[in-house]
Amino acid sequence: MIIAIASGKGGTGKTTIATNLALTLAEDGTALQLLDCDVEEPNCHLFLKPAWKDKRPATIVHPQVNTARCTGCGICAEVCEYNAIAVVNGEVLIFPELCHACGACSRFCPEDAITEVPHTIGTISTGHAGNIRFIQGLLNIGELMTPAVIEKVKSSADPDALTIIDAPPGASCPVIEAVRDVDFVLLVTEPTPFGLNDLVIAVEAMRALERPFAVAVNRSDIGNDEVLRYCRDEGIDVIVEIPDDRRIAEAYSRGDMIVHALPHMRNLFEHLWHEIRGRVSNKKEKT
Amino acid sequence: MKELVVISGKGGTGKTSITGALAVLAKQSVIVDCDVDAADLHLILRPTIEYEESFSGGKKASIIADACTGCGECFDACRFGAVTPDKDEMSGVPYIINRLHCEGCGVCYRVCPADAIDFGPAVNGVWRRSRTPFGPMVHARLGIAEGNSGKLVSLVRQEARRVAEERNLDLIIVDGSPGIGCPVISSITGADHVLVVTEPTLSGRHDLERVSDLTAHFGITTTLCINKWDLNPSLAHDIERNALDRRIETVGRVRYDKTVTASQIENRTVIEHGGNGASQDIVALWRTLKEKMR
Repeated sequence: MIIAIASGKGGTGKTTIATNLALTLAEDGTALQLLDCDVEEPNCHLFLKPAWKDKRPATIVHPQVNTARCTGCGICAEVCEYNAIAVVNGEVLIFPELCHACGACSRFCPEDAITEVPHTIGTISTGHAGNIRFIQGLLNIGELMTPAVIEKVKSSADPDALTIIDAPPGASCPVIEAVRDVDFVLLVTEPTPFGLNDLVIAVEAMRALERPFAVAVNRSDIGNDEVLRYCRDEGIDVIVEIPDDRRIAEAYSRGDMIVHALPHMRNLFEHLWHEIRGRVSNKKEKT
Repeated sequence: MKELVVISGKGGTGKTSITGALAVLAKQSVIVDCDVDAADLHLILRPTIEYEESFSGGKKASIIADACTGCGECFDACRFGAVTPDKDEMSGVPYIINRLHCEGCGVCYRVCPADAIDFGPAVNGVWRRSRTPFGPMVHARLGIAEGNSGKLVSLVRQEARRVAEERNLDLIIVDGSPGIGCPVISSITGADHVLVVTEPTLSGRHDLERVSDLTAHFGITTTLCINKWDLNPSLAHDIERNALDRRIETVGRVRYDKTVTASQIENRTVIEHGGNGASQDIVALWRTLKEKMR
């Protein structure tokens, strides 16, 4: 079972929920893995402090021209939809930052003069935090291919294990990569105009991706009722509401786990898990 | 003409609330929302849309059912997992292309022996030019689950520069997106000044380091604002000291203040809401920032 914690708006509490849910389950004796797929700004490690075992480069391929074979025909530039190749006076110029690693140039080169060489764009780290198997992706500074690092994190995971994914914020390509094959998505929001606006975008994305989802409202008493009203009108389940509490904010600021700093919060995460598991197994029985 | 870009690394640090407040204090500037994935600035600046245009940042492929022979060449060639066998065969062909996963590379279109793939421009979003009480605004909205956010950000910034020249405005204020990836890089390249808004949490500190590495990588002058600094004053102090080691000066501290959320609910900026808290802190921030940008 794979569960993703996502949100349209950043800073609504995705990481807090992902890490505290994972820890609650692990301390109840459940084996699971946590994937930090917010590879531009991964933060789960600040809270769960895993012992790293292995770090490997995350690579994509870039084209390299064998000048001895190249005739300067220009087909590689023609087939590149990203303008990552230009041929000027018979010389091939490659702009690697624009390359999407689709393989068109090497595939269609009539002289077999383009090979693909690995290019490192990030790091995949694996470790353990107690019973939690921990996998994190980290995008290198200046690199653009966020989804490719997310894909590497997911392909490094055990496909049969219970998995919690901390997704990146937003609703575009990185989020799509993070949630594309998950069984359930929890959308975290807050009851403010920004929270609602970005929730609507995230809901539309989940519907387009045909992912089952429900909503968590964090700092549930700071704003107005518009988020709850929207969810009710749209028939979306709100399965957990976390009240605003300065003690939670302070524990978070220090990197402490909420379920340790405020032990009564454990019930809330157990309840959340009960709600998620019920929805996923219902869905599986139906199909 | 100066271009100020506000980013944060970590999401939810108050970037948009502060950008909106700065736009009010700047009196007249060109205001730009480059957080095209989850744009919120319009919710507090109340723009009246004057012009709207759809945006195409790339192409998408789809299978022409009548021509498809089901050979599977497209399935083998696609590196993005966008071509999948159609289990239900609802479309009448053995394969379908999932538009959301299509990267627009055109490899399937070029390998198809039956000319059964349609490959053409896709609409990825929309951009708008609007009027606000604080100056013209250029903003955009990426389509649901779309890509090409970097290209849309570049287009929006280019339009903002054009508007600034046309109206003779010497300041552009840009609300960026969270993270350090494609839309953020598109938002900051070539800008004059980056203001990073962070918060005194371990995540805020960690993400500030990453985003400062990014602005250093592109050689852009960077200053810092710590929002909700009084949530953890000692960490706020640490963050400021670390930033100074990177030659990033702190130009403002904004206190934790419920009027920020209250003003958002009133669909206006915290400056218009007023009060002696965050609003006053942002006035002081603007004064210092203006000096630094000279």
